[in-house]
Amino acid sequence: MTVRGANLELRGVAKRFSGNDGDVVAVDGVDLVARDGEFVSLIGPSGCGKSTLFNIVAGLERASGGHVLINGEELCDRLGASAYMPQHDALLDWRRVIDNVGLSLELQGVRRDEARRRALPLLQRFGLGEFTRAWPWQLSGGMRQRVAFLRTVIADRPLLLLDEPFGALDGITRADLQQWLNQVWSEVGATVLLVTHDISEAVFLSDRIYVMSPRPGRVTSVIDVDLPRPRTAAQKEDTRFLAVEQRLRHELNAAMSAWGEFAGSQP
Amino acid sequence: MSALVRTDDAALAEAVGTVPPASPLAPTPGPSPAGRQRGFGRRVRTVVPPLLVIAAVLALWQLFVTVRHVDPQLLPGPNLIAHSTWDDRVNIWPAIGVTTEEAVLGMALAVIVGVVFAVSIDSFRPVRGSLYPIIVASQTVPIIALAPLVLVWWGFGLVPKIVLVALFSFFPISVGLVQGLASADPDAMNLLRTMRANRFQLLRRVRFPSALPHFFTGLKISVTYAYSAAIVAEFVGAQQGLGVYMTTAIRAAPIRTDLVLGAVFVIAILTLALFAIVGLIERLAMPWRPKP
Ligand SMILES: Nc1ncnc2c1ncn2[C@@H]1O[C@H](COP(=O)(O)OP(=O)(O)OP(=O)(O)O)[C@@H](O)[C@H]1O
Ligand SMILES: [Mg+2]
Repeated sequence: MTVRGANLELRGVAKRFSGNDGDVVAVDGVDLVARDGEFVSLIGPSGCGKSTLFNIVAGLERASGGHVLINGEELCDRLGASAYMPQHDALLDWRRVIDNVGLSLELQGVRRDEARRRALPLLQRFGLGEFTRAWPWQLSGGMRQRVAFLRTVIADRPLLLLDEPFGALDGITRADLQQWLNQVWSEVGATVLLVTHDISEAVFLSDRIYVMSPRPGRVTSVIDVDLPRPRTAAQKEDTRFLAVEQRLRHELNAAMSAWGEFAGSQP
Repeated sequence: MSALVRTDDAALAEAVGTVPPASPLAPTPGPSPAGRQRGFGRRVRTVVPPLLVIAAVLALWQLFVTVRHVDPQLLPGPNLIAHSTWDDRVNIWPAIGVTTEEAVLGMALAVIVGVVFAVSIDSFRPVRGSLYPIIVASQTVPIIALAPLVLVWWGFGLVPKIVLVALFSFFPISVGLVQGLASADPDAMNLLRTMRANRFQLLRRVRFPSALPHFFTGLKISVTYAYSAAIVAEFVGAQQGLGVYMTTAIRAAPIRTDLVLGAVFVIAILTLALFAIVGLIERLAMPWRPKP
C-alpha cells in the first residue's frame, strides 16, 4: 500500500449555479496547491463552497471557470482520478463492512472474494478486524467513518478528497479518529485534501491550511503548519501548536468579518 | 433465497478466515436464547389480540344466530359454516388448488410486468412522461368490467385468470418500484460515480437495493388483491375454482349460504397466507435489515 501522491493545482476555479431566483456564485477564483504526499485542509464557514470545490475536483461537477490540474494535466473527465469521501458516510446498508470497503474494487470488475481478500488486511490493520461481517446499522458513528475512510483508501488513488469526515462526531471520538487518520495516511502516502470546520483538527492534521470566506467562496489566506511529524495528541498542548491555532482563528474571524462588511454593504 | 444467503456467508467466512469474536457491535449470527425469547414474546403479543377480537366477533355472531333462531339459509352461524365446509372438503380442496394456481401465477406475471414498467419508466425520461400517465389512467378503468372481454380474448382456461390477476395487481408494484428507484441516496450515487460506476452498476448496486423496501410495500398491497381478482375472473366464466364453487353453492336449491360463507373464510385465510409468504420473502431478500 504505497501509492505515490498526486500534485493537485487549482487555478482560478469558479462555480456558478443558476437557479430560479438568479445565479449563485458558490466559489470564485480559488487557487490552491497540494503537492505529492501533502496533507492540505480547507476551512471555512458553512456554505462557503467547500463541497462544491470538492465535487469539481472529483469530477462530479464542471467548473464554470478556471483550471484543475492533476499532475500537471487538465483532464476533461476526472471521475476516478481521486478517491472521494462524501460529507455523509454514504455506506451502503445492504453491504457488510468488508463489502463496503471493497466496493470500488468490485466496480472495477474484481470478483467479490478477491475484493474481500484485499479489504481484510486493511480492516485488520486499522482496527476494524472485528467488524468485517457487521452490517452498517450495527456500527457506531465513529466506526462508520472509519469504514468510509478505508473504502476511500482501498482504491489506491494518489489523491484523497475527504469532506468533513468527522463533522458529525463527538469530541472524544473525533480526537481518536484524527490520530487514526494520521496513522493511516502516513502509511498510505497519498496527497490528501480535507474539508473541516474544526480549527484544532485542521492544525493537527495539515501541512497547509486554506481559509475560505463565503458568498462568493474565496480563499482569503493560506497558513503553513510546520509542526514536526509524526504528530501526537500531546502536541496539542504545545505553545507552537496553540500559536498556529490562534493565527488560524484570527484569519477565520477576518474572513467572516470581511464577509459581514461585504454583506452589509449590499443594497 | 436462504440458500443463497448462506453460501454468501460461507464464502465470507472463508475469505475472512475466522469467525469474529462476539462483540456488542458485531453480534454473532443467530439470535441469542434471550433474543429468541423476546422475539417469541413479541410475536405472541402481536398475534393474540387480533385472534381474541376475531373469536369475540364469531362468538357474538353465533350467539345472535342461536338466540334469534335465524334461518340458516339467510345467515348461518360460524359453527354451521365450519361443519358444512369441513364436510364438503372433497369439493373445496381441488377448488383451492385451482384458484391458488391462478392467483400465484397472476402475481408472478404482475411482478414481471410491474418491474418492466417501473424500470422502463425510470430509465428513459421520455417514457416517464408518456408511460406513467397511461399506467395511472389504466387504474381508472374498472377492471371488473373488462373481465368478460378478457375471457372473450383468451378463452375459459387459465390464461385469462392470470391476466386479470396481473391487471389488478401490477400497479402498486410499479408505483412502489418507481418511487423506490427515485429514492436512492444521491450521496451514494455520487460516490459510485467517483468510482466510475456506469448506469447499470448504479442501478444494480445502489438504486435497486434501496428500492426493495418500496417494492415490497407495493407487492404486499398487490398480493391482497390476487385471490379476489382470480375469483372475479372465475365468476365470469370457469370450470373450476373457488369462484365456481361459490356460484354452485348460490345456485343450489336450496341455497347453500353456509358453503358460500365457508368459501369466503377460506379465501381470507389463503390471502393471509400469501401475504405472510411475501413477508417471508421480503425478509430473505433483505438480510441486512435489523430483525424485527
Ligand atoms: N446544486 C446547487 N444549486 C444551487 N446552489 C448550490 C448547489 N450546490 C451548492 N449550492 C450553493 O453553493 C454554496 C456552497 O455550497 P457548499 O455545499 O459547497 O458549501 P459547504 O462549504 O460545503 O458548506 P457545508 O460546510 O455546510 O458543507 C451554498 O450557498 C449553496 O447554497
Ligand atoms: Mg459541504
